[in-house]
Amino acid sequence: MHDLTFPLRWRVALVAPALAVFLAFWLLPMVALVQVSADGHLIETYRALLTNGRYMKSLGATVALSAAVTAATLVISTICGLLLARRAFAGRRALVALLTFPLAFPGVVVGFMVIMLAGRQGLIGALSLRLTGERWVFAYSMAGLFAGYLYFSIPRVIVTVMASASQLDASLEEAARSLGASSWRVLCDVIVPALAPGLVAAGAVCFATAMGAFGTAFTLATDIDVLPMTIYTEFTLNANMVTAAGLSIVLGLVTWAVLTLARSMTGGAVAATA
Amino acid sequence: MNSLVNPTAPGMHDAPGQPPATRRRLALSSARAWLACAQWVVTLATCAFLVVPVAMSIIAGLTVNYFRGAASGLTLRWLDQVWTQYHSSVFLSLEVAAATLVITLATGVPAGYALARSRTRLSRLIEELLVLPVALPGLASALALLVVYGGFSAFRMSAAFIVVGHVVFTLPFMVRPVAAVCASADLRTLEEGAASLGATFVQRFTTIVLPNARPGIVAGALAVLTLSIGEFNLTWMLHTPDTKTLPVGLADTYASLRIEVGSAYTILFFLMTMPLLVAMQWLGVDVPGTGSKRRNAGTQNENKDSE
Repeated sequence: MHDLTFPLRWRVALVAPALAVFLAFWLLPMVALVQVSADGHLIETYRALLTNGRYMKSLGATVALSAAVTAATLVISTICGLLLARRAFAGRRALVALLTFPLAFPGVVVGFMVIMLAGRQGLIGALSLRLTGERWVFAYSMAGLFAGYLYFSIPRVIVTVMASASQLDASLEEAARSLGASSWRVLCDVIVPALAPGLVAAGAVCFATAMGAFGTAFTLATDIDVLPMTIYTEFTLNANMVTAAGLSIVLGLVTWAVLTLARSMTGGAVAATA
Repeated sequence: MNSLVNPTAPGMHDAPGQPPATRRRLALSSARAWLACAQWVVTLATCAFLVVPVAMSIIAGLTVNYFRGAASGLTLRWLDQVWTQYHSSVFLSLEVAAATLVITLATGVPAGYALARSRTRLSRLIEELLVLPVALPGLASALALLVVYGGFSAFRMSAAFIVVGHVVFTLPFMVRPVAAVCASADLRTLEEGAASLGATFVQRFTTIVLPNARPGIVAGALAVLTLSIGEFNLTWMLHTPDTKTLPVGLADTYASLRIEVGSAYTILFFLMTMPLLVAMQWLGVDVPGTGSKRRNAGTQNENKDSE
C-alpha cells in the first residue's frame, strides 16, 4: 500500500481546503442547529415533535411521494436512456438534447411548467374540457407535485442511464443472444444487472432531492402537506425556530436512513463502483 | 467474429429443414418489435411531457393576452417589463455562479484527486461526509447557516452568504466526477513513470493529473454552474431583498404577477442557461453514445435490427 508518488503531506494539503469549507459552513452550523432544536432538553422536545400527528402525517406523505417519484423516474428513464444510448437513428442527438435540457431547471421553474400543463389555464385542462366536458386541474395538489418531481428527475436519471449503458460490455449481451436468450431475458439478466449500480445511485439522489425540495411545492401551492413546506411555514409564519430546526433534522435523518438502507440492500454492487 | 456472435447471421439458423428455428425466430423478432415500439412510445411521450410546457411558456411570454390565446397578438412588452424590473437578479446569479465555480474548482479538484488516490478508510469517510449537504435537505443546511452566521450582519447581507451555501451544496458535484475519473485512469502507474523520470509532485499534478481528470472537471463544472444558477431551496432562505438571485425573482413573479410576466421571466431564464449548457457540451462533456467506440457498437445493433 505504500505509495511513493503520493506522500502523506500532499494528501492532507489537497483535501484540507475542501474539508475546511465543509467543516466551517456545514458541520459546525449543523451541530449548532441540533443544539437549537433541542431547546435545552433534547428528549422532551423531540418526543413532542415525533408524537405530533400533523408533523408525522406530513413526514409520511413526503416519504411516500419521494418513493413513488423515484420508482416512476427509474422505470421511465431506463426505457428512454436505453433507447438513446443503444440505437443509432436520425435525430438522435436532437432527442437527447430535448430530453436532457430540463436538467438546468430549478424547482420553481419546474413548478411553473406543471402549472402550464395542469394548471387553471393549462393544456391538460383545455384538452380534457374538449374531450370530456370537464376541466382537469391537478397542478395545485399532491398529483401536481408528483408531476413536478418527475419532470425534475427524469432528465437527471436519463443522463446516468445513458452513461452506464454506454459502458455496457456488448459481448455479454451477444453471448446471451447467441445462446438463444430472448430480448426480454437479455434485458432482465444482462442489461438491468449491469445498470443496477448506476440506477441505485441515481435513484438515491432522486429520492433525497424529492425529500428536501421545496421550490416546486412553493410555486404550486403553499398548502401542500409535505415536510419542507411545513418547516418553511413554521420558520417564517410562526417564527418557530425550534420546531423548524427539529423538523429539518428529522427530515434529514429519515432521508439519510433511507439512503443508507438502499445502499446496504444493494451493498456489493454499489461498493464495487464506489 | 461477427458471424459468430450475430444470431441472425447466415449459416446459423437458415439451414434448410429447420422450420421450428425459423418460427421461433419470427416470434422472437415480433416480440422484439413490440418491445422496441413500446420503448419509442414511452420515450416520445416523455419528450412531449418535458418539452410541451416549455413551448407553452415561451408562447405565453410572447402573447399579449394568454387567456385569449395567440390570436391576441405577439408582443415583447412582457420581456421588456421583466428585464427592467429584474435584470439585476440575472447578473447577481451569474456572479454567484462564477464565484461558486471558482471556489469549488480550487477546493474540489485537488480533493477529488486525493480521495481517489488514497484508498484508506479515512478518505472514504471524508468522501461520505462531503456528500451529506446534498443528501440532506437544503432547508436544513440553510437554517443551520442562519443559526451560526445570521448574526454577522455584513456577511449575512452580502451575496457571499449565498455563495457559501452554494459552495457547500455543489462541492460534491465537483469532487465526485473528478474522483471517478481519477480512479479509472490508473494515475498511479502514470505518476510512478513520471516520478522515476524525475518529475516533481507539482509537475505531475499539472501535466498528468489535471489533463487526465479533464472530463471529470468539465462535467463537475457544468453541474456546479447549472446547480448554482438554479438553486432555490437554500437561496430562498439565505437571500435578502438586496440579494435576489434569478430563481428567487422567478418565485416572486410566479406568486404575484400575471402568467405572461412569469412566462417572460422564464424565457429570460432559458435564454441565460441554454447557451451555457451548449457551450459546456462543446467544451467536451462527452454525451454518452456519441464517441467513436459507441458508434461502431451502434451500427452493429442497427445491422442486427434490420435483419
